[in-house]
Amino acid sequence: MGEAIVITSGKGGVGKTTTSANLGTSLALLGKKVCLIDTDIGLRNLDVVMGLENRIIYDLVDVVEGRCKIHQALVKDKRFEDRLYLLPAAQTTDKTSIVPEQMHKLVHELKQDYDYIIIDCPAGIEQGFKNAIAGADKAIVVTTPEKSAVRDADRIIGLLEKEENIEPPKLIINRIRSHMLKNGEMMDIDEVTTHLSIDLIGIVLDDEQVIKASNLGEPIALDPNNRASIAYRNIARRILGESVPLSSIEDERKGLMARIKKILAGS
Amino acid sequence: MNKRIQQNVMIKGTKDGLTLHLDDSCSFSELLKELESKLSANYQFQENDSGIAVKVHTGNRYLLENQKNGIRELISQKKKLVVDEIISNVVTKEEAKQWKDEHQMTTIAKVIRSGQILEVVGDLLLIGDVNPGGTIIASGNIFVMGALRGIAQAGYNGNRESFISASVMKPSHIRIADEIMKGPDKYIEDGHAMECAFIDENGQIVVEKTQAFKNHRPNFNRLEGGL
Repeated sequence: MGEAIVITSGKGGVGKTTTSANLGTSLALLGKKVCLIDTDIGLRNLDVVMGLENRIIYDLVDVVEGRCKIHQALVKDKRFEDRLYLLPAAQTTDKTSIVPEQMHKLVHELKQDYDYIIIDCPAGIEQGFKNAIAGADKAIVVTTPEKSAVRDADRIIGLLEKEENIEPPKLIINRIRSHMLKNGEMMDIDEVTTHLSIDLIGIVLDDEQVIKASNLGEPIALDPNNRASIAYRNIARRILGESVPLSSIEDERKGLMARIKKILAGS
Repeated sequence: MNKRIQQNVMIKGTKDGLTLHLDDSCSFSELLKELESKLSANYQFQENDSGIAVKVHTGNRYLLENQKNGIRELISQKKKLVVDEIISNVVTKEEAKQWKDEHQMTTIAKVIRSGQILEVVGDLLLIGDVNPGGTIIASGNIFVMGALRGIAQAGYNGNRESFISASVMKPSHIRIADEIMKGPDKYIEDGHAMECAFIDENGQIVVEKTQAFKNHRPNFNRLEGGL
């Protein structure tokens, strides 16, 4: 029996889909059997970032409405033999075409066969969000060190905390620009974590290679030397329960602070 | 009337006006009857007398709102009398519970996040932050052991004496009773620790160090005895 993790943020454009793709890839690299679900019906992207766009035959709505079996709709990522699959969202309809109960049932079924189900949540707090969190056991909130993204993350955390079946959410701070941090032009990591007061599971530096990789349809996590890739791989290891210190690629001082905090938090 | 041994209505004069003591063991209709006759019989008013304030004491009798109105009406029909207040020794459970709620403190350990509203009757002690976009409302005072960055409203049913205190006072705005104070557009770094907002002598909300509060409200303390 696997576990389902929803990747959410509230605000759009902070990197939910990129994070989903890379965490899925990293977990598969670590030998886990992973299924990615794109719940952004009508605005699907995860297939593009994974480079699986052309291989979609059936989608999430087809499965829910019984037009096909789950395994028919799952797109296998050939880079990982039998360990990484994608359940793409439908593009021709919208979020209202499925309801949370259907999603819950679907995720429950998939949990029997996979170690991890990574659910990519759409932006917003409406139907799409409710669908995405319906089957989840855990949640990861992605934010960037910007006030607007932190505000929305705060709102989302509030909504997630109300859900009884979901463990307290964990935080990823994405797209950190170290030179702006140094100049004090960006919210620093401490500021974000104290404000949101949830556990930090990882930080990812902003990197142009990430954009390049997603345009090529190859998640950055496949590159063993890239710093963003290492950050994603570390997050995947933390998901597996390993204790990995926050990577040193970030600003020294912040790294130390966060590390001490992490030790104090007992993780 | 003369046959009656026990008097159901006793009238006492004090320097503030009259006090009517109504017996609580007779029936209500009997009481009204006697009140009526007593008031018409015993008093001869001068034309130039000013209105006399009357306090009505009902002892251990509980009066419904319409019964109270009946008594008020009866008394005010006698031209010079004005009912000041009706006092009773008893209250309903409901009133007692409301009174208790209004005077108790609710302690909550939580982060109030954007979009969340926390509302309590009485005082609120919040152990945690109020983030921007979050709201806390209390009919009494508010104490935040943490950072207040959202909206706080104390004394929501009109208690102008209530106040708000926070370890870090950076609200987007605060309300006390019907007064509103908007926070500045930008907060300077940190500022003072432990501040307190209340309505000052000019009827406006001010934010000061908590130590200064006692100078504005010397009679605030609720505990008796002690020092």
